[in-house]
Amino acid sequence: MNNLVIMPIIVPLIIGLVMVIFRQRILFHKIFSVLTLIATGVISGVLMYQVKYDGIQTLQLGGWEAPFGVSMVADMFSGLLLLTTSIVGLFCLIFAFGSIGEDRERHYFYPLFLFLITGVNGSFLTGDVFNLFVCFEVMLISSYALITLGGEKKQLRESIKYVLINLLASFLFLVAVAYLYSVTGTINMAHLAERVSEVGQSGIITAVAMMFLFVFSLKAALFLFFWLPGSYSAPPTAVAAIFAALLTKVGIYAIFRFFTLIFHHQPEVTHLIIGIMAAISMLFGAIGAIAFNDIKKILTYNVIVGVGFILAGLATYTSEGLTGSIYYLIHDMVIKAVIFLIGGVIIALVGTSKLNDISGLIKTHPYLGWMFFVVALSISGIPPLSGFIGKVYITEGTFEVGYYWLGAIGLITSLMVLFSVMKIFMNSFWGETILSEDMEKSSTKGVMFPIVALVVLTIGLGIGAEGLYDYVNIAVESLMNPSSYIEAVLLGYSD
Amino acid sequence: MKKPNDIILRAVTNVAVVIILTFAVYLFFAGHHNPGGGFIGGLAFAAALTLLFLTYDINSIRANFPFDFKVLTAVGVLIAVLTGVGGILFDQPFLFQAFDYFDLPIFGKTELATAVLFDIGVALAVIGTAMVIIMTISEDR
Repeated sequence: MNNLVIMPIIVPLIIGLVMVIFRQRILFHKIFSVLTLIATGVISGVLMYQVKYDGIQTLQLGGWEAPFGVSMVADMFSGLLLLTTSIVGLFCLIFAFGSIGEDRERHYFYPLFLFLITGVNGSFLTGDVFNLFVCFEVMLISSYALITLGGEKKQLRESIKYVLINLLASFLFLVAVAYLYSVTGTINMAHLAERVSEVGQSGIITAVAMMFLFVFSLKAALFLFFWLPGSYSAPPTAVAAIFAALLTKVGIYAIFRFFTLIFHHQPEVTHLIIGIMAAISMLFGAIGAIAFNDIKKILTYNVIVGVGFILAGLATYTSEGLTGSIYYLIHDMVIKAVIFLIGGVIIALVGTSKLNDISGLIKTHPYLGWMFFVVALSISGIPPLSGFIGKVYITEGTFEVGYYWLGAIGLITSLMVLFSVMKIFMNSFWGETILSEDMEKSSTKGVMFPIVALVVLTIGLGIGAEGLYDYVNIAVESLMNPSSYIEAVLLGYSD
Repeated sequence: MKKPNDIILRAVTNVAVVIILTFAVYLFFAGHHNPGGGFIGGLAFAAALTLLFLTYDINSIRANFPFDFKVLTAVGVLIAVLTGVGGILFDQPFLFQAFDYFDLPIFGKTELATAVLFDIGVALAVIGTAMVIIMTISEDR
């Protein structure tokens, strides 16, 4: 029993609720939302420390032992994602201070942000399939509110699609949970893993696994990404950045958890399908990123490429592939947040997202330009920045199991990604300066700090990858050997 | 505007609301061992308030319930979460519950459980949410 496991969920929840009660105190909202995210960050750090030295931490809610009660489980994989969530969330929040506007602040922006973090953290920590569904819903309902907040015409048009597609996915999620329960008689993940490995992964269990894969792919934008480019370009920059950084990652996390813990007995079927879907997402995402001449569209298609690449590592189901995936997942959360923030600043400066109408910003905003350049190199995996190490390991993993086509597609799409972000850089920063400083629609005042911090973080993640290796290695070991997870949760209970 | 002739509705409502509210409270306390509980009790309570809204206008009900239902929802969820935190303070898992039997005047031997506090939170949250939804729809033109 370790009550710290529940803290990353209830701290933002309680603070968010208090904010709803004291709705008009915006300064109080700002201060406490920052403190909350720092607190969840510190808690996740402590959890990672405990996992490193004492093994996987669990909490049986209300004292009801697994598999009868709801278990909360923190292993190294969740710990790493929790810490990254807190850090990225914190900087997106600070960006929102200077850009979101008083109207949205008065309409519960900060509480909704914290509820979103509650749902994301809950999804990372839960050890129960139905509880995962609930945490997904907490996250999604906050995201529905955040995407519509402000009520602009474009936001409403895109959010209808977003809400509908997610309602469909949630419905199928629930049906899949029901199928799983009727086949195995349990919804505790550790117990499920034990039972599936005992009776073997028969045809019907693989079919249920495919249904879960469909649901999570819809949420993670793996192959089923048609809803993403529209929805992620509608909300204001700070919200779009947190969506791009966190929401698809929760779907990815769920795919990882399910296909390393429970449904890992037929990798030649399930993991191959994941690999094919990953390859298609990378290709289509990269083609989309190259084809468009609009900053928002290019960036949203880059999200899809990232999702495909992370899951290519899972498809290999080797230690190398998973190590790469975890490195790349952490990198991707940071980098997608910062590139959306910079893109948003550029759009705010010139008032348009069409590349043809932007030119020569490097004269007036040299720092922004060079930071974008660093981020562009990092996103396509140029050493020594943070994208590199993940790409190396994932490619190594694909070659090791003989998925040469997957590794090749990954490398080719990396080049396409580099081309697409360089297109933004060259078009908007090079060339003749057509916009003098006093003609700009807004200023970079107050929004530069989070961008600088995240750029430093991506450089640090690249250079300091060695220091992170211990933690990533523990995470990979527990993903590759689900028995440690099962033992930690069930504590020797067996049927 | 013409005043609607709704004397029957008003007469029935005045009696029915008392019955529904009593039933809501009964359902709430029944929930500990029998069908009922915070969610259902809260919904029944919200049904009574909705009936009042239909019969009388929003402003006169607002005068009698002078609080923001959004705040009520938040307070409800907060109570529910904090009863969970209560377990942590006694070095037990989150959401741990305790109960014991007490001899109270009038009631005699009664079971008092911390789960009821949690249920109060649930009931407030349900009442608040239901009323916010209904009032938002009614304001929508």
